[in-house]
Amino acid sequence: MTRRAALVALTLPVLPRVGLGAVLLALAVLAGVIVGETALPLRLVGDVLAVKLWGAERALDPIDAGILWSYRLPRTLVAAACGAGLALSGVVLQALVRNALADPYLLGVSAGAGAGAVSVALLGIGGGAIGLSAGAFGGATAAFVLVALLARAAGGGPAQLVLAGIAGSQLFNALTSFLIAKSANAEQARGLMFWLLGNLSGVRWPDVTMALPVVGAGFLVCLAHVRPLDAFSFGSGAAAALGIAVRRVQLVLIAAVTLMTATLVSLVGSIGFVGLVIPHAVRLLVGPRHARLVPASALAGAIFLIAADIASRVLIPGQVVPIGVVTALVGAPGFALILIRNRRRA
Amino acid sequence: MKIEARDLGWRNIVRGVSCEIRPGETFGLIGPNGSGKSTLLKLLAGLMPRAAGEVRLDDVPLGQLTRRQVAQRIAMVEQFADTGEALSVRDAVELGRTPWLSPLSPFGPEDTRIVDEALAAVDMTGMTKRPWSTLSGGERQRIHIARALAQQPRALILDEPTNHLDIHHQLALLGLVAALPVTVVMALHDLNQAMMCDRLGVMSEGRMVACGAPSDVLTPDTLGRIFRVRAMPMTDPEDGSTLFRFLPMEEPR
Repeated sequence: MTRRAALVALTLPVLPRVGLGAVLLALAVLAGVIVGETALPLRLVGDVLAVKLWGAERALDPIDAGILWSYRLPRTLVAAACGAGLALSGVVLQALVRNALADPYLLGVSAGAGAGAVSVALLGIGGGAIGLSAGAFGGATAAFVLVALLARAAGGGPAQLVLAGIAGSQLFNALTSFLIAKSANAEQARGLMFWLLGNLSGVRWPDVTMALPVVGAGFLVCLAHVRPLDAFSFGSGAAAALGIAVRRVQLVLIAAVTLMTATLVSLVGSIGFVGLVIPHAVRLLVGPRHARLVPASALAGAIFLIAADIASRVLIPGQVVPIGVVTALVGAPGFALILIRNRRRA
Repeated sequence: MKIEARDLGWRNIVRGVSCEIRPGETFGLIGPNGSGKSTLLKLLAGLMPRAAGEVRLDDVPLGQLTRRQVAQRIAMVEQFADTGEALSVRDAVELGRTPWLSPLSPFGPEDTRIVDEALAAVDMTGMTKRPWSTLSGGERQRIHIARALAQQPRALILDEPTNHLDIHHQLALLGLVAALPVTVVMALHDLNQAMMCDRLGVMSEGRMVACGAPSDVLTPDTLGRIFRVRAMPMTDPEDGSTLFRFLPMEEPR
């Protein structure tokens, strides 16, 4: 087969599914844009897009158009990126550490990112969105290394990893609270606590230009590694015997996960349960092979978080529930189901 | 494929092992528990970090090959490899194609054929949709072998492949392995089964203390010294082959 023929053979059969995914995602984004405290008419969406993207001339209600373009759309796009990124992180971590309970939230990576971002925000190291993300990345990396070392020192079993994750989360959350108590004024403290619970209210276009490229790149990295991820099914020893450069693959994938988690936490705070529950739900639908699991989880995560964001806006009229609260309300029962299912299998 | 080991070592588990495994032969590795058999097998497959000594595959140093190139030459079946994923039998065997696939050469009809053949070789053709978690220990072992066969290696390294198998499948597996046109290195516990190998290496406390044809290596004297049993060679009247009956060592009075 020539390279070109191979590419065609590779892409042709998946085109309908890619198309379906794109349509589902577009519908979810559409819902995220028009549903809210002020419901916006569907026609407005077309008009605003025509004006903003093609420079068409339409008569628009400036307030509605402003809500749609400056608030709803960036917010929905970031929610989608965030859901996809967290779900991908869960898929990758679960495969690499071979633990059904692995996700950035439970392994303390989110807490580390939060602590890193808060120290940057309060101690004034660096500055701006890049500084926050860099701080979050530093914190997330530190947390991951600490949790991995602790789990290894404790014997390296699946239970040890989860316990080490809890210890890491507690430590970094305590660090965050300490920093806030020490350095923040009342106003800042309230803002930071609200942000830490996961909050999309403050999202604007610059956040989109951070979130989308990072998650897009992370998605491509994961997609390029679907075979190595499969090969980890029987452990890293078996992966090596199947010709996988284990160290390099682990390093690349964990770096991708840490970068995605850190960027997302620095933008919207730490949102739990998406990385844990979405991959498991998707496995039930498309099976455990990563060639399907990776794209399907990204899509499901994006749609789930858009839905959670809509719920967070309309659940209590006139008030926004932090999105982390919504995902936890759905995710905690899902987590319970995973625990029960795992026990049955063992 | 020829596999040469020179002064292989790993911590104190394997110490200065040199041997040459000839192309196409079935080489058995025997020795008491903890004598270093499993570690030596992993060393031969290049799967142990910070190993001492050198392995050459058809005169090419293993260190000069990428992980992927090694996996195209050697397939390894370890003991106790298990998964919590809900993989099907076919999924598990398809993993064996990993070293031959890349984004530009995806899984194709030829790979499907190879996987089908591997499944047929271990007598699992009718069970391809069964989930991993429902398989018995013996079935899992046969799937691991099928995965190794799907890798189309030139050498197969097996760590106690007959573990967990009932006697019918033990004999079927050993027959299959002996008939394969590839080099096979396997650790075995059953010394009577070891008799069917072309050559045997005897491991004791990390060293290879004997190497040669089964009839030369498995002598009552060696068996007494290394395995601490009294071995009585007997002759099968049907085909004249030698069998051993094992008795506890007589305590010195």
